[in-house]
Amino acid sequence: MTTDAAPAIVPQFDNETPTGRKLAIICSKGSLDMAYPGLILANAALGEGVETHLFFTFWGFDMINKKTMGDLQFTMLGNTATHMPQGLGGLPGMTALATSRLKKSIADVDVPEVPEFLEQIVASGGHLWACRMSADMNKLTKEDLYDEVEDIISASDFIEKTEGAQMLFI
Amino acid sequence: MPVTTLDGHQIHVNDEGFLTDPNEWDDSLATVLAAQIGITLTDAHWKAIRFLRKDFEEQGETATLRRVATVGGVPIKELFALFPQKPAKKMAYISGLPKPQGCV
Repeated sequence: MTTDAAPAIVPQFDNETPTGRKLAIICSKGSLDMAYPGLILANAALGEGVETHLFFTFWGFDMINKKTMGDLQFTMLGNTATHMPQGLGGLPGMTALATSRLKKSIADVDVPEVPEFLEQIVASGGHLWACRMSADMNKLTKEDLYDEVEDIISASDFIEKTEGAQMLFI
Repeated sequence: MPVTTLDGHQIHVNDEGFLTDPNEWDDSLATVLAAQIGITLTDAHWKAIRFLRKDFEEQGETATLRRVATVGGVPIKELFALFPQKPAKKMAYISGLPKPQGCV
């Protein structure tokens, strides 16, 4: 297609030999501020064509539990990142206030809430898995979980599925 | 900044090949750019590209995948089907715009 002089520069979007790169993210926390890092990284990886799996375990289960997924909380307690006196975080109503503030800042940068974010991740080809032990501990079944969760699996199943993947524990 | 000629279009590009001057872009160049990365443009592709161009004019930055879906009305799943593997970058390249900056 090129006609003369300088050769055309074409971005190398697709590797000629597929790298088979995979990313596995273990989401173990259910607070609002700790839910986002995993979701954002998963979304970024998918946008780069990387096969991505998320495993929700322990408090991370709150992210895929239909009852809690839309209502994750952010507390100032024990979190020095707010640069406010720690005692303030213990006052009544502070968790609700901090949560609504954080939700607003997240929405301001056009980042969706957790349920919609999971939807976007699934639409982008991401895989969601729920931890067997967390389900058993909380007496939850697949019906209690976000519909797009593929299955409830054991930790060893997850390790098997993500052979060769880069792992992130959050 | 390299100047390159692509199928009769003289364009300014960065070292990855993205256009640095969106004004050098037109429909026929889009077809050529798409062909460079193995994509044949259909009406569905054009819907996304038109949105990207219009949105860039209004916002001054390249729309993210999420924006193309929520504001532009092309679902994420479809974008992955139209521009496989790296939809955001491929769309931006074909539309003669910079790579999108947003994280989501």
